[in-house]
Amino acid sequence: MEIYDFIYKIDSFCNYSNNWNIIQDSYTDEKYGYFADKRPIEVLIKNSIINADKPPGPTSHEVAYWIKQMFKVSKAGHGGTLEP
Amino acid sequence: MSYISSSGKEYVCLMQVHCDFNIDELKQLISKFIGIIYQKPPVRSSVKRRTRKKKIYDIEILDTDKRFILLRISSDPGTYMRKLCHDIGVILGCGAHMRELRRIRSGIFTEKNLVTLQEISEALYMWKNCKDESDLRKILLPMEYATCGMPKILIDDNAVDAISYGAMLTAPGIVAYQRFRVKDTVAILTLKGELVAIGEADVDSQKLVDMKKGVVVKPKRVLMPRDIYPRSWKKHE
Repeated sequence: MEIYDFIYKIDSFCNYSNNWNIIQDSYTDEKYGYFADKRPIEVLIKNSIINADKPPGPTSHEVAYWIKQMFKVSKAGHGGTLEP
Repeated sequence: MSYISSSGKEYVCLMQVHCDFNIDELKQLISKFIGIIYQKPPVRSSVKRRTRKKKIYDIEILDTDKRFILLRISSDPGTYMRKLCHDIGVILGCGAHMRELRRIRSGIFTEKNLVTLQEISEALYMWKNCKDESDLRKILLPMEYATCGMPKILIDDNAVDAISYGAMLTAPGIVAYQRFRVKDTVAILTLKGELVAIGEADVDSQKLVDMKKGVVVKPKRVLMPRDIYPRSWKKHE
């Protein structure tokens, strides 16, 4: 069994290394879900991260709310508050 | 979100010193702040004001202009830069305070892949009005990148739906794993690389090879919606 390429990319994103150990053979059915890097754009919008450059002025909550409106999604949050 | 924001931070910070100083002496003084420091959060803070131990990994003086000093600091999360500047001032004898602050790294997020609100808006426009989603795809990072740096487990298609309903991950569902220890935060992914849940390991990964059954991970946060994968567990009669 081969591990899907994208899965290696996740860890190379932050230079993390931890080898994979395969304990059983298995395959995935294309009928269900999507390969993580090949999601249709509508699905990707609901399952993604934006590394946004917050301008000084508006609060993090305000910016998160604007982004939520821009994408017309119901769930959006932010991580990382600089000195609340 | 707390799983992402609990990683190391890096800042660029502008500090103003309240008196003239000797740059070499100041350099010496600042370098003493590298390592474990004791810090009491400022009056206006979001955490309880008791002295905390924080680690400063590095401080570099980028530039100076009269009484202004531009610093690049990497530290543990939860270190107050405002207080750090203040404390440098106290040791110096005449006081100092923070003028401006910008975070340049938070865990996996660096300044390299930053996007502005304008760029987001333009990419959305291109997608909606010009049917070109390429810019939008450059901006949207699959959420799986958030699990970078966490040990991961790949599970069989048959186990996915049960986890999305909140079930514990047991040994038979595991196809592949990266080494982890008891109590570690681990990410559960499908064979397609989709994030199903983040949870706490119940065993050491060394035990997995001999495990035929039993709980391996207790999910804490389920990210995949229900019923994407086929339901394969038995209903209680």
